[in-house]
Amino acid sequence: MPRQRRTNQRPTGDLLIELAAHLRERRIALREEWVERIVQAELLKVMDKAEIVNEVTGIYDNTVNVLESGSIDSLQAYATNLSGRVIPRGVETSDVLGIVLLLRDILARALFTRYQNDAPLLRRVLDAYEPAANRVCNVVAATYVGERVRTIREQQEAIRELSTPVLQIRERMLLLPIVGVIDSQRARQLTEQLLRGIRNNRARVAVMDVTGVPSLDSKVANHLVQTVEACRLMGADVIVTGLSAEIAQTLVTIGVDLTKLNAVGDLQGGLEEAEQMLGFKVIQTPETTA
Amino acid sequence: MAVAVLKQKSYLIATLHQGITDAEFSQLRLDLLNRIGEVASTGVILDVSALDVLDSFATRTLRDVALATRLRGAETVIVGIQPEVAFAMVQLGLSLRFEEVTTTLDLEEGLAWLDAHVKRARSHGR
Repeated sequence: MPRQRRTNQRPTGDLLIELAAHLRERRIALREEWVERIVQAELLKVMDKAEIVNEVTGIYDNTVNVLESGSIDSLQAYATNLSGRVIPRGVETSDVLGIVLLLRDILARALFTRYQNDAPLLRRVLDAYEPAANRVCNVVAATYVGERVRTIREQQEAIRELSTPVLQIRERMLLLPIVGVIDSQRARQLTEQLLRGIRNNRARVAVMDVTGVPSLDSKVANHLVQTVEACRLMGADVIVTGLSAEIAQTLVTIGVDLTKLNAVGDLQGGLEEAEQMLGFKVIQTPETTA
Repeated sequence: MAVAVLKQKSYLIATLHQGITDAEFSQLRLDLLNRIGEVASTGVILDVSALDVLDSFATRTLRDVALATRLRGAETVIVGIQPEVAFAMVQLGLSLRFEEVTTTLDLEEGLAWLDAHVKRARSHGR
């Protein structure tokens, strides 16, 4: 494209470089204005002003880079990093979106102020600026939300792993102390861990204690009965202990084959039966009763 | 590829390989029933630990082998059903076919079961 001398015929690439240069020149003032408006709008309340200045400087500089180069990589990396820092501090998505939208307004006004006397040029400036600014808002907000979702998923996974332990308490004997609500996903995880536990520990008996489980829906109850059956195929018996009155009723109502379910009232009874099945005998010696 | 049948003491051990075909399955059934007679075997172990799936045909055939060997004087134990396979079988209702079939965790457990069972049978004066 041939270079023209009249300013309003400058190629877009050069125009973007000029806009970026201008915004960099006015960096301190515009950033200050941005921080003021953030504080006024009561966004990022969990941070004090110095922290806000620190965090938003990175966004400002990266935004100008996006405008100039069109590449969002650096901004995205910064947004991911920022999200990781502020999510634990309870910053809301609306805050993050709010501050980037404020920045978009401030930069737009700064460009308007500079180019307002040349209408065709101003139009070209806005044509170049708007897509870039919108991309910035999009990237920052989407990255933030993405990080929040990732964090929640990680936490859920951690909770799940803690909540379905499979413990070997004797040779060939497993104990599954289950506490809390069992939803379909947890039931699936339980099954997988129990069956793998039987294989890895070469267990012949597993005691599944559900004293801490208040209720089960029929789908989960069915799933557990199937799990017991699957254990049998792997040569292991399952003793279920601690069934609440409500769960007992559920099991009867859904009509599972209860002859396949070996249930003992409480955990102590279940452990004793398991030990008996494996040929263990627990003897109390005189010294220990003293 | 035919399934190799090994003899240990008076037991026959067949290890099924991954991807065994229906034809190979049927051939195995025939081979086992013949060899039981040849060596007067009292026990058969079918090791399925290499199989990542046991479909309707497989479970039916395994069950048929177990019931038929009993008629020829040998007990059959199916060993090594993998966790995912076990649960899939139950969900598809195929585990019902194994109600009267003995299944154990692995070969070691299967041999132990046969030892105990054959001893029991002898003590009943069979």
